[in-house]
Amino acid sequence: MVPEIPPARGDRIGPGPDAPPIVQGRGLTMRFGTNTVFRDVTFDVRQGEVFVILGGSGCGKSTLLKLLVGLRRPTEGAITVLGEDLIGARGAARRRLLQRFGVMFQLGALFGSMTLLENVRLPLESFTDLPREAVLEIARAKLGMVGLGDATHKLPSEISGGMVKRAAIARAMALDPPLLFLDEPSAGLDPITSAGLDQLILTLARDLGVTFVIVTHELDSILTVADRIIMLDKAARGMIAEGDPRVLRATSTEPTVRAFFNRIAEAA
Amino acid sequence: MSARSLPFSGRLDAAAATRLWDATMRSAAGPVSLDLSAVTYCDGAGAALVLAAERRAAAAGGGAVIGASGDVAAVIALARKGAKAASNPPPVPPTDSVPVAVGRGAFATIHGMGDSIAFLGEAISAVTTSVLRPWTLRWPDMMRHAEEAGTRALPLIAMLGFLFGLILAFQSAIPMRQYGAEIFVANLVAVSVFRELGPLLSAVILAGRSGSAFAAEIGTMKVNEEIDALTTMGLDPFRFLVVPRMLAAIVIMPVLIAVMNISAVAGMSTVMTSLGFSLIAISNQVVAWTTAGDVIGGLAKGLVFGAVVAGIGCARGMRTGAGPRAVGDSATSAVVGGIVSIVVLDGIFAILFFLMGW
Repeated sequence: MVPEIPPARGDRIGPGPDAPPIVQGRGLTMRFGTNTVFRDVTFDVRQGEVFVILGGSGCGKSTLLKLLVGLRRPTEGAITVLGEDLIGARGAARRRLLQRFGVMFQLGALFGSMTLLENVRLPLESFTDLPREAVLEIARAKLGMVGLGDATHKLPSEISGGMVKRAAIARAMALDPPLLFLDEPSAGLDPITSAGLDQLILTLARDLGVTFVIVTHELDSILTVADRIIMLDKAARGMIAEGDPRVLRATSTEPTVRAFFNRIAEAA
Repeated sequence: MSARSLPFSGRLDAAAATRLWDATMRSAAGPVSLDLSAVTYCDGAGAALVLAAERRAAAAGGGAVIGASGDVAAVIALARKGAKAASNPPPVPPTDSVPVAVGRGAFATIHGMGDSIAFLGEAISAVTTSVLRPWTLRWPDMMRHAEEAGTRALPLIAMLGFLFGLILAFQSAIPMRQYGAEIFVANLVAVSVFRELGPLLSAVILAGRSGSAFAAEIGTMKVNEEIDALTTMGLDPFRFLVVPRMLAAIVIMPVLIAVMNISAVAGMSTVMTSLGFSLIAISNQVVAWTTAGDVIGGLAKGLVFGAVVAGIGCARGMRTGAGPRAVGDSATSAVVGGIVSIVVLDGIFAILFFLMGW
């Protein structure tokens, strides 16, 4: 029996198929020595959607995210982000492109010697000529937006894992980028905190029109936030599914996709 | 003929397995069956005992496990499944032959040297840019590192310098006395400390205190993805992390050397005054026999030593692998690399100064 499809995405309606692509991956292949992690991965992320890259452990989804944010170069393939060639961009052009999107890392990656406010101020002070008062105002507002308005002067070591991730989202949003990449936002969080983070993502997507590219394997989060997914598979060394996760859950005939969405354990 | 039965009873847990292991293995050396009908409880250790006995008995033509109740049978079945999986480990990759291992080692060394040269180039470029455009420098970070590497090291530098001057003076005063040349102990200590030992010891202390701290701090940032975060924010990790530390070390080293020199002279003076020489005589001796070149040469070496110690610390930190152990390895490697580089550079400076007539 197909499980009931949960109410998805709050009161938000994702973009239609005609929305312009904001991220494009074409023929992406990644090898480490003789080990092929994935090959020929091709997809579009449409403007305004919450796009999830999912798959089991070791399938290469975090590696794919590293390619999309410019931390690694693919062995083969092309990546276009916000209309620009990410792989070909060099020097100042590359720095400008990097400033146009935000990234939240799996562990938050807040700078441990800085308070939350200083963490959020950093990109504003580094890349804008805003007066100090404006920088402070914006940084406080970003932290308030993620529910950390009363923790601005705390160090990352003084707050919980969920708060670290919220602060990391606030820092990633400091320059109001139209595109945010999140690596495993729910990993290591309790279900309530995780659900709160999902709601935050939906709110930001709905109210600010931010496009999200999220790497996760948390089924509840995927079904709650995702407009579209691509699924990578370790055995296939590539992409095995693309589409609306609720539709895939109900209709996919691909055994790995069905096993993932219906939480069927791999045969021991 | 029916197989002899080896009966077990009661709780088959870790304590029972420990107690029964040797006796069971001896008893299972023949064609026996293992009777578990009286076993009330079995854990992982008990299951291991049963499976080991089963294998041993099977080799002698026995080994049937009989009479296990539901829970006991389930634990043994699970353990058997695990043992079967563990008995088929993935093939171990073949070990490299000696020539291949040497080749790989040489390649890794050359690759590492290439990385170091690339890092040196990037560091020189970034430091030069910051010096030429000081408004791009992160001054608060630099001041913080200068305070940690410099101000907080001053008591240690002063104490070691004083003791070093004192020990050197004592040790040299004994043979010098035989020739009535005790007054020249002042020259010996001053010249050796100003030219060689002051810069060298200060740099070793910098490598031990700050080089390792730089490597550990940057290494931890690498492990925590903070450097990746800087990169994806469009911030240059070199400008953000390496330049403030290198400039702090370069600026602070002459100060550390000056304090080391003064402390060593104070230590030497303590010994000399105890031998009956006046401070005026000691001072005249030092001033008359040391040149500005001795002092300036030592301080100039310090600038280079500071850059090298901080550069190696930062480079090791930036190259940290994954996990806490990698951070420790980076810190150790920063200290060892820093000290070795300082000594090698000091030798090069000695030759250069000799050729320049200093």
